[in-house]
Amino acid sequence: MTVEKTQRASYDGVVMAVPVTIPYMRYSIESAQWWIGRALSALVAQAGIKSSDIDGLCVSSFTLGNDSGVGLTQHFGLCVRWLDTIPLGGASAIAAVRKAARAVQARDADIVACVAGDANHVDSFRQTLENFSRFNQDAVYPYGAGGANASFALIARNYMRTYGVTREDVGRIAVAQRANALRNPNALMKTPLSIEQYLAARPISDPIHLFDCVMPCAGAEAFLVMRDDTAASLGLPAARVLSTIERHNAFADDPMQLRGGWAKDIGELYAMAGVTPDDLDVVQTYDDYPVITMMQFEDLGFCKKGEGAAFVREHDLTIDGDFPHNTSGGQLSVGQAGAAGAYLGLVEGLRQVLGTAGPTQVKAARLALASGFGMINYDRGLASGAVILAGPAR
Amino acid sequence: MINPIDPPRRKNPLLRTRLPASPPRARSRKSHGFTRAAAEGRFMLQRCAACNTFAYPARDACPSCLSADLPFVDAPRRGTLLAETTARVPSDVYFRERAPWRIGLVKMDCGPTIVAHLHADCSEGAPVRMSFQLDKSGQAVAFARPEEETPNMDDDRQWREMTADPKFRRVLVTNGRSAIGLETVTALQAAGAKTVFVGVAEPWRPFAGEQHLRKLDGIEIVALDASDEKSVADLAADIGGKVDILINTTEYIRPGGVLDRKGTAIAREEIDHAYLGFLNLAQGFGPAMRMRGADGVNSSAAWVNVLSVYALANWPAYGAYSASQAACLSLSHCLRAELRPGGVKLTNLFTGPVDTEWFQMVPPPKVAPRAIAQAIVAALKSGLEDVYVGDVAEEIRQRLAANPKALERELDR
Amino acid sequence: MQSSNLLELAGAISSGAVRVVDLTFTLSPDFPVIVLPPEFSPAAPVRIQELSRYDARGPAWYWNNVSFCEHTGTHFDAPIHWFTGKDLPNNAVDTMPPKDMLAPACVIDCSAQAKQDPDFLLTIPVVEAWEAQHGRIPERNWVLLRTDWSKKGWRDYANLRDDGAHTPGPNPAVMKWLVEQRGIIGFGTETIGTDAGQAGHFDPPYPAHHFLHGAGRYGLQCLCNLDQLPAKGAVIIASPLKIQNGSGSPLRVIALVSSS
Repeated sequence: MTVEKTQRASYDGVVMAVPVTIPYMRYSIESAQWWIGRALSALVAQAGIKSSDIDGLCVSSFTLGNDSGVGLTQHFGLCVRWLDTIPLGGASAIAAVRKAARAVQARDADIVACVAGDANHVDSFRQTLENFSRFNQDAVYPYGAGGANASFALIARNYMRTYGVTREDVGRIAVAQRANALRNPNALMKTPLSIEQYLAARPISDPIHLFDCVMPCAGAEAFLVMRDDTAASLGLPAARVLSTIERHNAFADDPMQLRGGWAKDIGELYAMAGVTPDDLDVVQTYDDYPVITMMQFEDLGFCKKGEGAAFVREHDLTIDGDFPHNTSGGQLSVGQAGAAGAYLGLVEGLRQVLGTAGPTQVKAARLALASGFGMINYDRGLASGAVILAGPAR
Repeated sequence: MINPIDPPRRKNPLLRTRLPASPPRARSRKSHGFTRAAAEGRFMLQRCAACNTFAYPARDACPSCLSADLPFVDAPRRGTLLAETTARVPSDVYFRERAPWRIGLVKMDCGPTIVAHLHADCSEGAPVRMSFQLDKSGQAVAFARPEEETPNMDDDRQWREMTADPKFRRVLVTNGRSAIGLETVTALQAAGAKTVFVGVAEPWRPFAGEQHLRKLDGIEIVALDASDEKSVADLAADIGGKVDILINTTEYIRPGGVLDRKGTAIAREEIDHAYLGFLNLAQGFGPAMRMRGADGVNSSAAWVNVLSVYALANWPAYGAYSASQAACLSLSHCLRAELRPGGVKLTNLFTGPVDTEWFQMVPPPKVAPRAIAQAIVAALKSGLEDVYVGDVAEEIRQRLAANPKALERELDR
Repeated sequence: MQSSNLLELAGAISSGAVRVVDLTFTLSPDFPVIVLPPEFSPAAPVRIQELSRYDARGPAWYWNNVSFCEHTGTHFDAPIHWFTGKDLPNNAVDTMPPKDMLAPACVIDCSAQAKQDPDFLLTIPVVEAWEAQHGRIPERNWVLLRTDWSKKGWRDYANLRDDGAHTPGPNPAVMKWLVEQRGIIGFGTETIGTDAGQAGHFDPPYPAHHFLHGAGRYGLQCLCNLDQLPAKGAVIIASPLKIQNGSGSPLRVIALVSSS
């Protein structure tokens, strides 16, 4: 007997509002609780609501120590009727909006604050790595592959060899993002990056070189999820959630990762949104390494598998280009604030379709896609997801 | 292609000796199935008893059928290197000071993919032979070597981190009076040991093989009575800083158990020599060895005990001796833990009755002293922790695993 | 004897008029012990375990645990040591008369012969030749056999070959004769035993042990500095540890020698 897959319900009436970014710091002596507190404070202030109006909370962080989500409610004086914590690394933001959407749709909650934040103390990155997961502890960390660098290096090497991708191809993504970041005052990277500089960078774990790597930092990101009627009553500009996908441990039989879970679900993603990849005005991928972004261009349907390199050669990925991508500069140039890194693209995408992105604003951006990718548990990223948002102008 | 390592130069006294860092040590409990395999030089993976799927890393449920019945079984070692990378700036202190460090992902013929340390002669797309090795934390790690023998294979830098190869190292054989001790000296020399210190207790007592020993080059005969605290301390003061491998061949074998012996004089000698001798040696040489675990090509590397397999299960015919060996075995686990921060391995070699006068009345099979010596060198070269030499020892190991009570009853005859 | 004589002795010792010669080897773990076939119970060597040395184990003091066989180092044999003396009264170190612990000694110098022949045996004619020169051995005297064996390195001192030890000692006849005809209090040597290295092949085996202990007399072995003693006139102080029912013990052996 086989179980029939049924059609998902739509996200009708679900919107996202109030994109919040607490500017990142390379190192900060503050705790994750401090960063999350700042984000909640900014949400309340920008939404013009009281914190008691928040009745749903969804949190992601690697550095909360012993604190659970419920502990945070007392810490922040919140009284919520819906609570979730999402430990999905780079896929946390996508998962958060999916869960929150269903919560407000079913009226389990009216206003869900989705927030991610992480501290970055000296040595907290190494400690996070050391305790990342059991498979990682047993079968990766003992090999000196602390940090995802070595694991991604293996994936990158295999991908590049398989599809004849050069470092220069991959470098285009990083270089374009740096150009975008120069327009984002909150980006930690503030100097231009040329392809020559990219290629000349010191090797970290071949073929991963310095500018393929994100810089761990402290920071927080947040947004609110609610129904459109709630947003209207509050007078908040909001973006509609058209479609989402989420997938874990896809293609487990592939000996090495050449594709992510998106490839399994994009048909449904675009069908539910009623759009095609060409319709999108701005794309925010999860860019912990540019080669993973290239993989997403393929798996999200912007080109065929193996054509990612040609795609980046043929397109201008900057804000003013024909394929505006990671317009804030992405994690590669803004920094990776732990779990907030997962939120970076989605929050920027939300700003773009709300028309509030300021210096990084893409002209007339109405339709955005943001994707997530996370959890190198052992030899590959396990979690993938994507969201398509539509601004009020569409 | 590996260039042979150069003999280490004398130490530069202006440089601080590098302290031994340890690679990451945390493991799940299940993952110690690999530790066990590595200790014995076996290659074991979990295979689902319900659906025969091989799994890796260590799991508590089969990823194919969710069965919890996932025993570690000997697995085919062959795989193919899918991709490699060279980590140049690892965040871990141990790897950072050994960078660049090469690892790769290997697809095993039997199914799973394994992140492994790579021998320098491994290349992408080529077959590899996988093993589990004990790293400087004493924990199991996967290591891929080329399927075929390559020149100077054992000189590979990363491989040498996993082993205690005697090549260019200075070794102390604590008891050169015994047949095992003498054979061990010869085997170590053949394996390229730079110097073999040979301990001789009661030097006024002549012994077989003495003339042969005195004629060998690269040998230093030293006065050492392991049972004498001062003798050990004096020798450690002299050469403790340059003993890279210590092979404890101290022995005191007498037949007899409890009731058929009168008094405790012999038991005390057994304990004085075997147990307290071990303790004296450990206190004398252990601290410097633990300190020198990262001291270059001839860093301290291993401590080897030659123990009776009856340390694991008492053989009443040699009952008191068995007990003294059990005491040594227990102590060895303590010393192993205490040497671990230095990355110094502790290897126990279990033997059945040896072909010497003290087992004269025991029928064959008996272990030739030369076989023990060769097993010691092989264990050092492949970095093993538990070695069973000869058919009797192997059989005892298996019978103990199968049913300890049956073994106990059957040894009583 | 008047007490003034004892004070006179003390004064003579203090002034050097009477020399005090130490006949004792340092009791150390590496000193050779008697070698028996390994199937016999082995004589434990001296073992010294440090208890503390002004450290955490004892901040202000230094001391050791010491263990040894009764017959290690320079040591004393009591009659109970041998089967021939097992039923004698007061035959152990704790019950022997204290007065036996002090007695004059006759030193027979056989160093020249022992140098030529490690298996040199003391015989009645040798002793008679000595008596011709120095007079008859008085009763209750120690007879000490000087061989200069104590000056050898440990290996030559033990002098083990595949047929056993080769060290000098008395033959059976001279032992019987010394005990019965001269009434000696004991017999002392520089070697590991009072008997010769090959004495197990004599008749009776180990004649020094056999005759001395059978008659309630004593043995001293592993002595040194016998070359500093006169042939006659030295007084030996040999008081073993008072070990309960002990068969012997390591001890400090002192000789008083008149300087004149």
